[in-house]
Amino acid sequence: MAIAKDLMRDLYKQMRLIREFESAAQRLFASGKIPGFVHLYIGEEAIAPAVCACLTDEDYITSTHRGHGHVLAKGADIKLMMAELFGKATGYCKGKGGSMHIADRDKGILGANGIVGAGHCISCGAGLSIKVKGTDQVCVCFFGDGSTNQGTFHESLNMASIWKLPIVFVCENNHYGISMSQDRHQAIKDIADRGASYNIPGISVDGNDPLAVYEAASEAVRRAREGKGPTLLECKTYRQRGHFEGDPGTYKPKEEQAGWLSKDPLPLFAAFLVENNVLTQDEIKAIDDSALAEIEAAIEFADAQPIPEVESAVVDVYSDIIEEVRSR
Amino acid sequence: MSTMTFLEALREGMSIRMRTDPNVVLFGEDVGAFGGCFGVSAGMFAEFGAERVRDTPISEGAIVGCAVGAAATGLRPIAELMFCDFLTVGMDQLVNQAAKMRYMFGGKISMPMVLRLPAGAGTGAAAQHSQSLEAWVTHVPGLKVVYPSSPQDALGLMLAAIDDDNPVVFFEHKLLLGVKGEVDSKEPIPIGKGKVVREGKDVSIITYGKQVYDSLAVAEALAKEGVEVEVVDLRSLYPLDKDLIGETIAKTHKAVIVTEAVKRGGYGGEISAIIAEEFFDQLDAPIVRVGGLNTPVPFSPVLEQYFIPNDKDIMQAVRSVL
Repeated sequence: MAIAKDLMRDLYKQMRLIREFESAAQRLFASGKIPGFVHLYIGEEAIAPAVCACLTDEDYITSTHRGHGHVLAKGADIKLMMAELFGKATGYCKGKGGSMHIADRDKGILGANGIVGAGHCISCGAGLSIKVKGTDQVCVCFFGDGSTNQGTFHESLNMASIWKLPIVFVCENNHYGISMSQDRHQAIKDIADRGASYNIPGISVDGNDPLAVYEAASEAVRRAREGKGPTLLECKTYRQRGHFEGDPGTYKPKEEQAGWLSKDPLPLFAAFLVENNVLTQDEIKAIDDSALAEIEAAIEFADAQPIPEVESAVVDVYSDIIEEVRSR
Repeated sequence: MSTMTFLEALREGMSIRMRTDPNVVLFGEDVGAFGGCFGVSAGMFAEFGAERVRDTPISEGAIVGCAVGAAATGLRPIAELMFCDFLTVGMDQLVNQAAKMRYMFGGKISMPMVLRLPAGAGTGAAAQHSQSLEAWVTHVPGLKVVYPSSPQDALGLMLAAIDDDNPVVFFEHKLLLGVKGEVDSKEPIPIGKGKVVREGKDVSIITYGKQVYDSLAVAEALAKEGVEVEVVDLRSLYPLDKDLIGETIAKTHKAVIVTEAVKRGGYGGEISAIIAEEFFDQLDAPIVRVGGLNTPVPFSPVLEQYFIPNDKDIMQAVRSVL
């Protein structure tokens, strides 16, 4: 598959932007600027940009607790995201959602999600909407290997298959469900094998190679748009950090971590782009610098935003005003 | 004016909206050609087709979740769970997803979905097919909860539930499905408005669902003794019509709360607490609650009937405050 140079450059730009966003989130969480929990996408950046490159704003995604990369790749505003992580009134969710609950209906982002396996079912609903309305949209459901042991995984892939819903189930197999390694939490190696249970294609690719992901996702999205039903696309990757920031990840063998760090998608793809004359070393540096600047601007923006008025806590529980919601 | 059964009224409510709004769809286990486990959707498959009246696999998590995703993307889905008891299987999608999406996404996602839950005991279906689990959902901010007792209210509340941009949990007591009643209006009945179904001045029975009928029977019997019982049918459990509760307490100064749900941790406790907190000065007697036995619902008819609060239990409660 011939992939245009412009697209390759865009993929690298997005991967770098996500890496810088996550590195900043890591730093800001450690310094106490970001409250709550953060689950970082570091090491998995090749996947969401490549998958979302196959989508338009009209298409939907469902995401996970590790969702920053998904929503950025789907076009979320980086400043509003940072403001939300800071808990600010002008953040994406007005300070009500935080890291795990970024959504943007205009960009088709149906929300990051704090419940492992919940997005599978929601993607079926989006798929049903598309089918009933007769459009050629698709929904991409991002999830990790851990969630493939939830009942919702089975219920949803079965439902999507029998109804031929336009969904691409993208499993980011980062080899850990919290502290439990994949070989301990399930008895299979290739999650893509489970596609056979639902009579849908199950494809496994190197999730640290954005071009491999793009190629497989393009085909899966095409199938979905043509009404041929869902695909299970497994992208093998690695969670370089702990499950959440603050988890030192001591359960990960050192050799395993080192092996995967040597396959970090960012330097690998940068080297590939230079070797294949897509970008020069200077151009790579310019992209890296610009990503950093964009993140710095987002932090500056978020810092300057107001914190929510406490009265706003009672807003948006319902679409209409119910007096009782205002009382304690 | 026409006479309809409760079941026909539910069907009519859904069909009225489906005829004019292509975004309204119905799905659930066997709701299609089979017509639904209790026949509520009989004929709808023929009228609206397999795309909009859709059979699902036995997958309650995916059924409720599908409603969430469909509502978030522009449909107005009605999802049916065959028995209210099966909500346990789909609970995450209702409680953690449907109820919270608007709020945690800063008001940007709307959630116009109806979840229909056939509830209640009295069919010999034992502990896993007979519960009244309304207290689980009234406890969750973000959900609205309705529990009609008459065909007219079933139709009007169904229209209102479909029109609502929030997730509405719609309880249908299985023993009411065959109840017949006059249906004068095919307009929505506002969610959050109760109704005085019998006026009286001596004591108020505050109830909903099937116990409205049991309470009316008690009121009728006591009228022969010169006791005037007011019966309030809440119709909506959330939002709750506190004004109406306040009005009836101000009138009778005595409250008996009747639910089929087990008393422990039930919604009757919430209603009781509201009366105590907000209308204490009006009370001339302790608040009394009548609920189901604090047990699972037993199977054998004699045991099941012992579980369900009956007219004698209600009568005794009313007499205790006279």
